[in-house]
Amino acid sequence: MKTFNYHSAKDVKEASKLASSNSAFLAGGMTTIPSIKLGLATYKDIINIKNIKSLSGIKASSKTLKIGATTKHVEVANSKDVKKAIPSLAALAEGIGDPQVRNRGTIGGSIANNDPSADYPSACIALNAVIHTNSRKIEAEKFFKGMFETALKSGEIIEAIEFSIPEKSNYQKYPNPASRYAVVGVYVAKHKGEVNVAVTGAKSCVYNDKDLAKALSKNFSSSVIDNVKISSSGMNSDIHASAEYRANMIRVFAKKAVEAC
Amino acid sequence: MSKISLEVNGKKITKEVPDHTLLSVFLREILNLTGTHVGCDTSQCGACVVHVDGKSIKSCTAFAADLNGSKITTIEGIAQNGKMHPMQEAFKKLHGLQCGFCTPGMVMSAIDLLQNNKKPSDTEIRDWLEGNICRCTGYQNIVAAVKEAASKM
Repeated sequence: MKTFNYHSAKDVKEASKLASSNSAFLAGGMTTIPSIKLGLATYKDIINIKNIKSLSGIKASSKTLKIGATTKHVEVANSKDVKKAIPSLAALAEGIGDPQVRNRGTIGGSIANNDPSADYPSACIALNAVIHTNSRKIEAEKFFKGMFETALKSGEIIEAIEFSIPEKSNYQKYPNPASRYAVVGVYVAKHKGEVNVAVTGAKSCVYNDKDLAKALSKNFSSSVIDNVKISSSGMNSDIHASAEYRANMIRVFAKKAVEAC
Repeated sequence: MSKISLEVNGKKITKEVPDHTLLSVFLREILNLTGTHVGCDTSQCGACVVHVDGKSIKSCTAFAADLNGSKITTIEGIAQNGKMHPMQEAFKKLHGLQCGFCTPGMVMSAIDLLQNNKKPSDTEIRDWLEGNICRCTGYQNIVAAVKEAASKM
């Protein structure tokens, strides 16, 4: 492993100041550390942001649920506020990786990494999340740009993720048997006046399936899903599943999610 | 280099370590606590599980510098006055191991489970041990050992 200079920032301002084009912020490190170990990433500076208290915690209001960037998966999974406001989000957190990953990994880290198979990006899209950074607020639809790519700029730090509390929601996934990443994951959320159907694991980046969303907005019933065309074009095909399999799983999980709502 | 002060198995330790030192390397190569095993070194197998401030983590996927001020417990730190921890007793009694390579991680992970859930079902035990891989036992006796320990703790 290539070495780096380790820093521990006491506040967001200091962390942002230490950042450069050759640095990474370190929260749980559940992707950053393996990437460094495997030689997939090298950095001159690693900036620990776990000691910045303002970045952690869960706040519920009547319309939204705001989760600090360094809040761990285990905290989201066990939070009474999350279970009450958006139970599907607590269930999603409970299904990430394994207990040791959930004890370290953070929501902000997951979103900043934007792994095409990660769970949290689908929650952001389905729940109309707003990503609060140290310089602006970004809508989830504009945040996830492509494979491992987000709208974040150098030195920009996610401070919190604010989710809209839906009327109903449910997340279904087929976890990879080894990593528990989603081979395919579908997050259905029914808001007042609209439905979102966020899909992860199927393409190079999370997306809202507009056709499914439109059909379910008119009639929120699993029976309408059979009439929606789901093309496998552009979908991932690998040793875990073919593109056609993934397309079919989206239909299966969308139905299951609607029925579980 | 980073100067770190932490507590390992109740003993206060201050060391200067290269910034990229993994916790697993710190424990095994600097403190000679080789009970923590490194299997895959890619945070999948769970042989390296230790407790940091009471919670189980994979020591191959944490930097020692990042754990400044923490309390760490390894497999060497759970026996009390020469008497095995109830989890260790149960693994021994019920043959919860064959080659023993995964056992330190299994034991540390299972102790954390019982901290969260005093009477776990078979399914809950299997779910919790998702991050610990055993290539010998088929898990049957491991699950039985965790249940036995739960009845004793």
